[in-house]
Amino acid sequence: MDVKSPYLHPEYETLSREEISKLQTERLRETMQQCMKVPFYAEKFKEAGVTPDDIKSPDDVRRLPFTTKQDLRDTYPFGLAAVPLSQCVRLHSSSGTTGNPTVILHTQRDLDEWANQVARNLWMVGLRPDDVFQNSSGYGMFTGGLGFQYGAERLGMLTVPAAAGNSLRQIKFMKDFGTTAVHAVPSYLTRLYEVMQEQGVDPRKDTKLRVFAIGAEPHSEEQRQRIEKMFGVKAYNSFGMSEMCGPGVGFECQEQNGLHFWEDYYIVEIVDPETLEPVPDGEIGELVLTSLRREAMPLIRYRTRDLTRVLGRTCPCGRNHVRLDRMKGRSDDMMVLRGVNIFPIQIEKILMQFPELASNYLITLTTDNDNDNMTVEVEIADMFTDDYKRLQELTKSVTRALKDEILLTPIVKLVPKGSLPVSEGKAVRVVDKRKVYQ
Amino acid sequence: MKQLSIFLENKSGTLLNILNALKAADIQIIASTVADTQDFGIYRVICSQPEKACLVLKEQGITVTLTDVFTIELEDKPGEAARVMAIFAEAGINISYMYSFLVSGKGILVFRTSDTEKTAAIIKAKGLHEFA
Ligand SMILES: [Zn+2]
Repeated sequence: MDVKSPYLHPEYETLSREEISKLQTERLRETMQQCMKVPFYAEKFKEAGVTPDDIKSPDDVRRLPFTTKQDLRDTYPFGLAAVPLSQCVRLHSSSGTTGNPTVILHTQRDLDEWANQVARNLWMVGLRPDDVFQNSSGYGMFTGGLGFQYGAERLGMLTVPAAAGNSLRQIKFMKDFGTTAVHAVPSYLTRLYEVMQEQGVDPRKDTKLRVFAIGAEPHSEEQRQRIEKMFGVKAYNSFGMSEMCGPGVGFECQEQNGLHFWEDYYIVEIVDPETLEPVPDGEIGELVLTSLRREAMPLIRYRTRDLTRVLGRTCPCGRNHVRLDRMKGRSDDMMVLRGVNIFPIQIEKILMQFPELASNYLITLTTDNDNDNMTVEVEIADMFTDDYKRLQELTKSVTRALKDEILLTPIVKLVPKGSLPVSEGKAVRVVDKRKVYQ
Repeated sequence: MKQLSIFLENKSGTLLNILNALKAADIQIIASTVADTQDFGIYRVICSQPEKACLVLKEQGITVTLTDVFTIELEDKPGEAARVMAIFAEAGINISYMYSFLVSGKGILVFRTSDTEKTAAIIKAKGLHEFA
């Protein structure tokens, strides 16, 4: 460990694109070998007619079948284990709201590699063994707890398993232990700041905080910046999913220009959720991950349902591991209108650019005279004018901006605040009333 | 004079909700007008205690604001409205909207213009009576 180096694993972090490809090809072959110990995959590979020897480049992963969350449920609990249970040392389970929960198994090597990924991420954002890391994340089955715990310890930091909640105690720990870094969900940090204010604690003067790792809950760039300003602390976006291990899969570097996904550990694909074909860089699609170093439960082309896009494959930080945009919602929300794929997040992004509009909106798809149409109703923030023309102009500008984004002209309707439906505290975003042609 | 400007959705019942809320708060409507198209409308109201009315409606979740409008008392003879409007037209002032009502036999003209300062100056210079 060279504390002056910006890289914890320079031998992997600074690989060229070509070297990454070579390593991925080797590791994909190994992963296929490992998968063939699982009847589920052995059969699927046979059906696809692909053997490890057929893999000549990482792109050959496209010849392999997808794995879905449903597959994990159908094989619950141990149907996808590639090693005997006696070799597994940890199990994480996520409760399902529908059907069986899912189970993820780990060998000791899996846990070591997981800790390595998290340690690499924390090192990347400037943390070193003399830092004090407070993990204010839920422990137990939630992988954000143990995942960060082992990763921070692997790096060599003094690690405080503070867990979630009890804000007064969290703040006391931060002051007494000289905490410099915290991992938490973004909404909890906002809450913590409120409590600090109530208690007359100034994070800039009364704590040594300098780095936050935030993740596990969708948040916008604005929210991140707000947190950074409140505390005077840099906040880095973290991506994890228990199916791949947990936190550690992707993380922002100090450039804060998207999350590096570690391509020595995963093959990253972005596909059109309808056709399952790859989409060009820059276009939004569903993230599909193939694990390359998992022993107990390797997964091939796992459909994460998360939407994102490729921002680049190089970075001023010297890491050539693919950079992905923050997650943009779930592929289950995608609409197909006149052959165009549209995500609610695209509509939302445009609406948020108009300060005259509130944050609630409703997209309705209808069939009128055999044409499919989209109506976007959006609440106005307040009665900012009493001029009819200005309201009409606003409607026109919103329509134009939406058309530029989705390439179709929607019908835009301004509605009063509070008039759009809300179900179980969650906003309803899309209503599809289209005729279904048989 | 302060006027309530209320954003209306073309849905039955909205107008009645507003009227009921004002009634419950003991606010008297002096004059009102609805301007609307297919999609939305603006309901403009001159009433007693406009500040209180605005608060009451906001509490009901209604999208409303207070707008400054001009109110001119007309003399009781034909052609008065035309005479007053001609003054502003000559000065190159555009009328954004206008409506009128009667109070104890007197015609009152309510309007908003493109240039509030200039309008106020003209009202003063020409000795027009503002309704209060
Ligand atoms: Zn970077």
